This record gives sequence, C-alpha cells and structure tokens, in this order.
Amino acid sequence: MSSHAIDLKALKRDLPGNAAPVRRETCLRMENLNLYYGTAQALHDIQLEIPRQQVTAFIGPSGCGKSSLLRCINRMNDLVDGCRVSGKLLLDGEDVYDRSVDVAALRRRVGMVFQKPNPFPKSIYENVAYGLRIQGINRKRVLDEVVEKALRAAALWEEVKDRLHQSALGMSGGQQQRLVIARTIAVEPEVLLLDEPASALDPISTLKIEELIYELKSRYTIVIVTHNMQQAARVSDMTAFMYMGKLIEFDDTDTLFTNPEKKQTEDYITGRYG
Amino acid sequence: MDKQQYQDIHATNRGRQQGWLRSGEPMIWLNAAAVSVSIIAVVGLLLLLAVRGLGHFWPADVLSVDVEYQGQTRALLGEVVEQVEVSGEQLREAGFELSGPGPFYQRTLLKQGNRDALGTDFVWLIDEQFANLAWPEDVMVLERLEWGNFYGYLRSVTPRGGPTVDATEEAQRAWETLQALIAETVSVRENIREIEQGAIGAINHELERLRLRERGLEMRGELDAVAQAELAEERATLDARFSSLQDELNALYESIRGHHIEAELANGQRRQLPIAQIVRAYQPNALGPVEKLGLYAERLWEFLSDEPREANTEGGVFPAMFGTVLMVILMSIIVTPFGVVAAVYLREYASQGLVTRTIRVAVNNLAGVPSIVYGVFGLGFFVYFVGGELDQLFFPESLPRPTFGTPGLMWASLTLALLTLPVVIVATEEGLTRIPKAVREGSLALGATRAETLWRVVLPMASPAMMTGLILAVARAAGEVAPLMLVGVVKLAPTLPLDGNYPFLHLDQKFMHLGFHIYDVGFQSPNVEAARPLVYATAFLLVVIIALLNLAAVSLRNRLRERYKSLEH
Repeated sequence: MSSHAIDLKALKRDLPGNAAPVRRETCLRMENLNLYYGTAQALHDIQLEIPRQQVTAFIGPSGCGKSSLLRCINRMNDLVDGCRVSGKLLLDGEDVYDRSVDVAALRRRVGMVFQKPNPFPKSIYENVAYGLRIQGINRKRVLDEVVEKALRAAALWEEVKDRLHQSALGMSGGQQQRLVIARTIAVEPEVLLLDEPASALDPISTLKIEELIYELKSRYTIVIVTHNMQQAARVSDMTAFMYMGKLIEFDDTDTLFTNPEKKQTEDYITGRYG
Repeated sequence: MDKQQYQDIHATNRGRQQGWLRSGEPMIWLNAAAVSVSIIAVVGLLLLLAVRGLGHFWPADVLSVDVEYQGQTRALLGEVVEQVEVSGEQLREAGFELSGPGPFYQRTLLKQGNRDALGTDFVWLIDEQFANLAWPEDVMVLERLEWGNFYGYLRSVTPRGGPTVDATEEAQRAWETLQALIAETVSVRENIREIEQGAIGAINHELERLRLRERGLEMRGELDAVAQAELAEERATLDARFSSLQDELNALYESIRGHHIEAELANGQRRQLPIAQIVRAYQPNALGPVEKLGLYAERLWEFLSDEPREANTEGGVFPAMFGTVLMVILMSIIVTPFGVVAAVYLREYASQGLVTRTIRVAVNNLAGVPSIVYGVFGLGFFVYFVGGELDQLFFPESLPRPTFGTPGLMWASLTLALLTLPVVIVATEEGLTRIPKAVREGSLALGATRAETLWRVVLPMASPAMMTGLILAVARAAGEVAPLMLVGVVKLAPTLPLDGNYPFLHLDQKFMHLGFHIYDVGFQSPNVEAARPLVYATAFLLVVIIALLNLAAVSLRNRLRERYKSLEH
C-alpha cells in the first residue's frame, strides 16, 4: 500500500508544475517493520523511506504508533520489557536491529529530543558537553568549542552565553528544549528524532523551535512526530499519516495536505476525527 | 412552644451538629491535639534533661546547719540537692520522733561530701530539726581526684618545706597561696598525663611491636644471632628512653608532693589534705553571679573535655563522646556504599520478579529485628569467626592474645552498619524510583550506556535520598546500646582509639559510648546520688550530639537537593 503511494509520488514529481524536483537520497528505510509489546502488535508492516536532509513528519491520532515508530529508529524501545521488533530498519543500508550493532554508537548517530524538555540537573555547559564526556572527550578547548557551536546551532548562544555555568533547570521551557536540541547536535548525529518537541511549549517557544528545525534540516535528516497538523504542514517536507499502527499514506507534505489520496487521510486532516 | 416549633428547632440543631461533623472540624482538632501532645512530650523531655543535667554544674551555695535530734546536735555543711514533702506517718514508721503537728514534713537531701571522713556524701534530713541555718562566706569547696568533694573551712596552707600560712590570721594570703599551688599542680599533672599517654604510650607501643617482631621471627625460625642483637639494641634504646622519661616523671611527681593544707570540717575535726589531690577550690557563698557563671563554664567544659574519674561519677565524658562520634562516622562510611550498591542492584539491574520482591520484603523485615540479635550475631560471626580468622592469618605472633578476635571498634561499627543497612537500602531505592524516566532516556539517547547513565545522572540525582537513608541510619545507630555491649563498648577506656601511634586509627581497640555510659553511671554506680545528675547531663549530651550529626547530614542533603532538584513540570 505504502509502496504504491511512493510510486505515485514519483509519478507526480515528474509532472510539470509540481514542486521543484529534488533528488531524494534515502537515509532510513523500513521494510515490513512490525513492533510488538508483549503480545499486542503496535506497528504493522511499515514500509517507509525517509529522505536525507529533509524533514519528515509523522502525524496521526493518539495511540496510532507514530512515537513507537520513531523510537524504533534509535532503539529506545529496547528499554521496554517484552518489546520485540521484526522486519528491517536500515540506516544507510545497515540494519539497526542487527546483532552486531552497538546501541550506544547507534544512538550517537541518531539523536532524539523528547516531548518534555529533559535537561540534566547540571549546568548549561555540562548539559551540552555531556555526550562528549561520555565519549571520553574532556579537553577543555575542544569542549568549549563544541558547546559554543552547538548552542549557536540551536539559536541559544546569545541568550545563555553569560550563564553557561548556571543550572539548566533555571531556564524557561522553550530554552530547555532548545538546550536539549543543542545537547543532541553536539555529538554530531546524522539523524534527529523529535518526539512532539513543542507540545509542552507556549506559542512563541514553539515558533522558535520550528524556525530552528527549518535551519537544521540543511545538515540533518529530521524526523518529527507531531500532534499538530499545522505544525507538520509548516515544517515538514514529507508527511506520513498513520492510523492504528499502520502507515496509511506517505507523500510530499503539500500533496498530502492538499490532495490526499486516501479517504482516511482526508478525514483526519479536515478534522473529521482524531 | 408548640410541637411544630419544637421539631423545627430540633431539626436545625441536628443539622448544625451534622454540619459541624461533616465540616471536618473535629478531625482538625484531633490532629492538632496529637501534634501538640507530641511537641509537649519532646520539649518536656529535653527541658527535663537540660535542667537536671546542666544544673549540676552550677556552683551551689553551701549551707551550714545544726541538726538537733534527741538532745544531740550535729553541725553539717553541704549543698541542698533536693527537697520533698513526706507524710509524718511514713517518718514515724521509719522510727523518727517528730515534734511538729502537721501531717506533712519537709525533707532535705544534703550533699555533705567528705566521703573519706563521714562515710556517706549524701544525707536526708528532716527540716524541723534544723537550727542555726547560715551561709558562711568562708566555706570552701574542694573538688578532689579521689573521695569526691570536700566541704569545710581553710585553716592553713603549707607549701613544701615552706612556711605555713595561717588562714585564721591572713585569710586572703592563705587563699591566694592555695590557688597558686593548685594552679601549679594542675599544670604539672597535665604534663605528667602528656608524658604518660604520649611519650610513654608511644614507647610501650614500640616495645610491643618489637616483641611481636621477635615472636614473628621466632615462629618463622629466622631468629638468629644477628636479628637478636638488632632487637636487643633497639630494645636497649627504648629502655633508655623509657627510664629517662621515668626519671622526668618522678621529678614531676616529687615537685607537687608535699604541699598540703589543713582544713576544718563542720564538726570541728581537722584534716590534712595534700594539694596534689585537689582539682579546684572555691568559696561558693562568697562568689558573685558573674564569677559563678565563669566557674559554671569551667566545670561544664571539664565535663565535656575530661576523662571520667571515680567509677565514672566524677570528671568528664570526653572518651565516651569521642567513641560515639567515631563509631557513627565509621558506621556511615561502611553502610552508605554497601546500601547504595545493594539498592542500585535491586532497582536498576535485577529483573523485578518474585525473587527481587522476596529480597525486598526480607530487607524491609531486617529493619525490624531487635538490635540485641544483631549484637549476638556480631559477636558470633564478626568477633569470634571473622576476627579469629584474621588473627590466625595476620596476627599469629600475638596469639593467644587476640587482636581482632575480641570485641572492638571495627566490629561495633560493622554490626551497626548491618543494623542500619535496611534503612539505607530502602531510602536509596525510593530515591532511584523517583528519578524521572525522561532524564534517563535523555542520557541514553545521547549514546550513554546504562552504566554511564547510572553513574553520571541517576546516582547524583539520587544522592539526596541516600543522605536521607544515612540520616535515618545515624539517628538509629547513635542511640543504640544493646548490641554494642556485646561487640566493643566498655565501661572505661580512657585511651582514645585515634592517636599518634601507627596505624593511628586503632580499630581493634575497645571504646566508650555515651549510651552505655548512661547505663553504667545510672545503674551500675555505687554512688547513686552522685551519679544521678550525670545521667541527665550525659543523656542531654547524647541527644545534642545525635541532633548535631543529624543536622549536619540534613544540611548536606538540602544542598544536594538544591543542586539536583528533580524535574517536575
């Protein structure tokens, strides 16, 4: 079904008058991905190709499995007792669920930002330097440089440069979330997973996060889960609509929102349910 | 009032009553009452301990009184300790002849001191027999190294070989001479103590090590002529040092011997007292409040800083204080890592199945085991088994005298660590449970392993909970006495377990403890009246020390809390 959607999209791209055709290199590919929590199946047969250096949004009603899918990518589901995955999830052609994969190394390549800001109870500086210290990098010059770069990339440097050594818990929610993004990009991942990054924030903070996503996509492959359809429409290049653990439709964001193929998708984006 | 009206009023009243019940007001009152009772109980206890205990150090006025009974008159001197009302019936039954009419009579407990001359230092007297009450200014109190206090009048002071100063003619000069001589002997005694405990203690320590070395060589069959000569030489140097110190000591002893005073008791008896036996002399009735306050501070300080004398009924409690604090600190050092490691395993690594649940229940139940059981276990397992093995392995040369195979500081600390382990485990586990999942995930998502996450994020955040566990452990351990009696606490051990001789901290040594001190002074002492105020004072001190240890731990925890405020939003 989803492969069908992708074929159609390829066709559409060739049609004149559509958005400028971009060469889309696949970064993440899911093949027949199934996820089980104990005996309950949370994801059914997901087929998906996520393009490199683009923003891909997962939308769908609560409990549709979009967060579960996201957490499959950096194997956060491993932490859940009784969780099992079948099928393939390829990052640059390598199976993430292969036995030989070092999970910690994978998570350094695939960074993740959570729904609620979760800074560590350390200073702003130490939060950003955390990932590097884990890797055994403790030289002050290197750390200083990386911290500044990451904070600048997260558009936070100007706000915090004078209080780097104060507790991160004293920041506002929006700042904390950008700090978490800075912390994540400090370890130079390839993919950024954003799990409803703005749902706990006020509108202005949300706007800042969205601007940040727009800027970051030139360097990272970004996958974002969101409840908010306007947000998906604003920030993403591609959108996947999921329902009941199944991928219903995956397409260019513009196409999906203006001319959805499936009735279910149309009902959801026009607000008839969900 | 007609029936309808009556019913209406009745209904309203009932409604009002129900409303009052339902408003929760009675519950609030009940709760407030419970809190008030608790506060009154705690404050009352502390006040009682403080007043009774701290009052003991106040230099009380000395009463001079003639007691007339059956035509005989006794002159007495002493401090009024206590006054009670008793029924005449009771007194008559006890064989007293009473002249007064009343059904009740006042009795007074007088501390007359002078145990060497009078036999008992406390007497109960019936007030109606009193005549000629007076508080003479020239009454003198002497605190002595032996036989308790002396109450009497100074008659003359004789320095060694020097001319006698007669106090009846030159009261001022005699008093000043006495004070000067006391100051001198006190400082000489201080010197003597330093030499005996410091230098001579060190030499004894060295000699003992030498003996153990010789014994060790002998046991390994390596004690040849060369080694023997070497040992003999070292021993000779030590002996020489010892005898020179001994000479010095003798000279010091000689220098304070021979000063003496003559004093008169209330009954006119005259006695000669060596000044070397006197700790302090004062004339309480002549002192103003400021001077008394100074004396009070001095005596309080002596209580805190000195060693006990006279079967613990005089002097201070410093070794007991030191032992208590040192043992609690050692216990904390042992129990915290143990408890934290166990809690981390139970909470973070063990799969949460039946086995883990059973272990958790078992640990919780351990907290309820009576402490004496731990004492017996400590004695059987630590002292006899582990200690005995240690002696066989590491200290064979001092056998059959045990080194660690006998109760001591280490075993006491270990036993208490075991006793308080459940508290630390439970508190730490609770702390680990409370750490938000989001923070752990944040760390894992950055490529940290579980161990790194635990070490860098989870444990620091759980540190306030660990401190809570430690606070509870300290509170429990510092007040524990029963198990300690089996595993290391003794009645008198003036040598501190921490000193300048290698290895500095003597874990094998027995030690004193305030809790046991209270028991010993209060219930094992031959001189009940003299000991009673010390029981209060020691109890108060113990409470204060526990409170201070707790306060230290609480302030540390609050600082940690401030730093690792969890992310609740």
